[in-house]
Amino acid sequence: MADLSVNFCGIKSPNPFWLASAPPTDKAYNIERAFRAGWGGVVWKTLGEEGPPVVNVSGPRYGVVHGPDRRISAFNNIELITDRPLEVNLQEITEMKRRWPDRAIVVSLMVPCEEEAWKRILPRVEATGADGIELNFGCPHGMSERGMGAAVGQVPEYVEMVTRWCKIHSRMPVIVKLTPNISDIRKPAEAAKRGGADAVSLINTINSIVGVDLERMIPSPHTDGKATHGGMCGPAVKPIALNMVAEIARSPATRGLPISGIGGIETWRDAAEFIALGSGTVQVCTAAMVYGFKIVQEMITGLEAFMDERGYAKVSDFVGAAVPNVTDWQYLNLNYAVKAKIDQDLCIKCGRCHVACEDTSHQAITHLVNGVRHFEVIDEECVGCNLCASVCPIENCITMEPLVNEVDLRTGRLVDGSYLNWTQHPNNPQSAKRLQPVEPAE
Amino acid sequence: MTSAPDIRSGRLASGEYAEAFCDLHAPLDPHEARVAAERCLFCYDAPCVTACPTSIDIPLFIKQIATGNARGAGKTILDSNILGGMCARVCPTETLCEQACVRNEAEGEPVIIGQLQRHATDAVMASGRQLYKHGAPTGKRVAVVGAGPAGLSCAHKLATLGHEVVVFEARQKPGGLNEHGIASYKSTNDFAQKEVDWILGVGGIELRCGQALGRDFTLADLRRDFDAVFLGLGLQAVNALGIDDAGLSGIEDAVSFIEDLRQSKNLSTLPIGRRVVVVGGGMTAVDAAVQAKKLGAEEVTIVYRRGAEQMGASRYEQELALTEGVVVRHWARPLAVKGESGALRSVTFATTAEKDGRLVDTGETFDLPADQLFKAIGQLFVPQVLEGSSDMLDLEAGRIAVDDERRTSLSGVWAGGDCVAAGRDLTVVAVEDGKQAALSINSTLQGLVPMAAE
Repeated sequence: MADLSVNFCGIKSPNPFWLASAPPTDKAYNIERAFRAGWGGVVWKTLGEEGPPVVNVSGPRYGVVHGPDRRISAFNNIELITDRPLEVNLQEITEMKRRWPDRAIVVSLMVPCEEEAWKRILPRVEATGADGIELNFGCPHGMSERGMGAAVGQVPEYVEMVTRWCKIHSRMPVIVKLTPNISDIRKPAEAAKRGGADAVSLINTINSIVGVDLERMIPSPHTDGKATHGGMCGPAVKPIALNMVAEIARSPATRGLPISGIGGIETWRDAAEFIALGSGTVQVCTAAMVYGFKIVQEMITGLEAFMDERGYAKVSDFVGAAVPNVTDWQYLNLNYAVKAKIDQDLCIKCGRCHVACEDTSHQAITHLVNGVRHFEVIDEECVGCNLCASVCPIENCITMEPLVNEVDLRTGRLVDGSYLNWTQHPNNPQSAKRLQPVEPAE
Repeated sequence: MTSAPDIRSGRLASGEYAEAFCDLHAPLDPHEARVAAERCLFCYDAPCVTACPTSIDIPLFIKQIATGNARGAGKTILDSNILGGMCARVCPTETLCEQACVRNEAEGEPVIIGQLQRHATDAVMASGRQLYKHGAPTGKRVAVVGAGPAGLSCAHKLATLGHEVVVFEARQKPGGLNEHGIASYKSTNDFAQKEVDWILGVGGIELRCGQALGRDFTLADLRRDFDAVFLGLGLQAVNALGIDDAGLSGIEDAVSFIEDLRQSKNLSTLPIGRRVVVVGGGMTAVDAAVQAKKLGAEEVTIVYRRGAEQMGASRYEQELALTEGVVVRHWARPLAVKGESGALRSVTFATTAEKDGRLVDTGETFDLPADQLFKAIGQLFVPQVLEGSSDMLDLEAGRIAVDDERRTSLSGVWAGGDCVAAGRDLTVVAVEDGKQAALSINSTLQGLVPMAAE
């Protein structure tokens, strides 16, 4: 049986599934239930500095994107950091760590961007016996207006500075949580690394308005008739998160920096994808909020079965396994060619492939053949774009078949398995240095 | 044996009738409708549209339901089929649009197009809004004979095109078979009349009930007084069984039974036999048999001279009958009826078989005890209603011959619905006939197509 236990920048947990800093990790009661359900670790909901606790709205905090069957594809929220007194949280963290020594407890922190503020809180967190801290540089609503959260995360210099303070004033591993509300995710990651971060976690939520109530002309959720943007999470954000994780994993400047992957993870498969792109642990919130803590059992058993089948003994065996296959567009092989192929036995004749190709692409799929409704790829026109296969409602009905030592009927060119990327391509005005290495050396 | 005949009313407790005759399919609620709508693949050149005799843009109306625009969906339907509400209830969708649905290939279950169509058209009816209006006046007057699906469809389209329409209906109530000829559990809450009222609400249509062609006026009168005539006459007679009924009581036409039931204000007063035999294999046979069962008949048997595949009733309708507890016997035809004291007691059947493509008796017979016998072996067009004109109006297979535009052989006279030769005895086909005839009449009256010389 595969071993799911991980050691993430010195933080041990029995499996890579952590609950992200969010409402599910707000207090001991929830954490107790989470650990009983099997979660490997938690990131305690963000603590602020001593003093009057923050005040949340007393109304809807969540917006939601429903599918037609009310399946939830995304949440957003306008909840702030913990609104419970600091001392209560610290006592509960201490108690939980004592009760669950084998589980990871990481404490999320957000205090003003002043060294003294960090210096005050770090020893108190360390005293709880917590395994590490996560710096909340991502929260995009409310706290960012006060110069914290994303307001820090969007300025690499601040990220580096605060990370350094934390490394100076604490022995605990420091995980820097990154905001996706930025143009190039590598910059804050590099800054965190320069500041001495032990790891980064990403993504935090995405600035969003999930919808507008057209009767009342107010975005949702609203508070007494006014609305503000919230942070979006859930399955819909996963592609954005995967890309950002991969960018950090493959960037020479941050390669090897441990990553805790976050963003729309709902199943073992989602988690495995984050791991394959370089995540050592994964963090989950929305799935737990939708289905309850028991959902982790699906993730644990699914990941075990996958690893057993693939022969991975431990999680680190496949952390980053897909990273070498992520590259820049300019290094894609332009000599490679595929053609769509429709399995006529599986085809239900809905015609979606035809109209998608006919109206919006390359006019490469028939509608009628000899007056009969029949959908077939015209190889002379097919560019292999994959749109037809993407819109086909039947799994495996349309496949993309590589040409092997065949003439591409569209271009008249023999596809012989050779490699030619854009940097080498004769059509590239800047490919004078055509003989340079095809891809940067590892 | 009890004394003959055991035909009586009130077989159910008074409170049980409403439940027995409730809607066959409860209406979809908005969430059910959205989930069902989401299964539609929005096919290109969709096979369901091709399969619909009125060519309703089904993928579009289902997409409109999916996005919460049920009234817009209703308009999409009604633009093609002004009786879309009734068709949603009575169409044999399992042999039309739903049979063509590509989801059958994918998962063995079509999108429930009929129920979605009802959801959308109900939304229009519930809104109380009129979607169409009487077109700019053309000064032309058109007579429509018959206020059934064909006549109503024709009249409505003509009105929207600006013509003045007078609809002549022989019965006291409009609606044709929608009102008189289909099972009540398919059209509850007086839907047929509500739909007629909504259709007539377009304006420009005068309805004259109790006016029968051949009795109160002639075709020649109409041709003299109107610019064009549309005949949506339906069928007037029921095929005979070809056996001597010996004057016994308890032998009825199924269509009469269905009509009486539909028009009954109090079903508990409607007599029904303890043992009922229905002869026939079409929708009418099933409608009669199922309703007999619902009225409390203990044993109801449909007897059809051929096999299940040849029955006019769809497979779904056959299964509905079986589910309701009706026994269906194939390959038998009635030979004789037996009675006591002037009342039916049993029916004797000859078993049949197909030999060299012909139906033959096998020589065996059996008796079914019966208090009541309903004949449901098809209806006939009676050309006599056309009186002196019938010699000029070409018939084909006993019904009125029409061309693609539903023109008869008589100049200025169009026809559609069950009374024409190509009719498939379906509401939806009658609606299409009426619509096409109206378009053809309009073209002719507008001078776009010259009228054939007499």
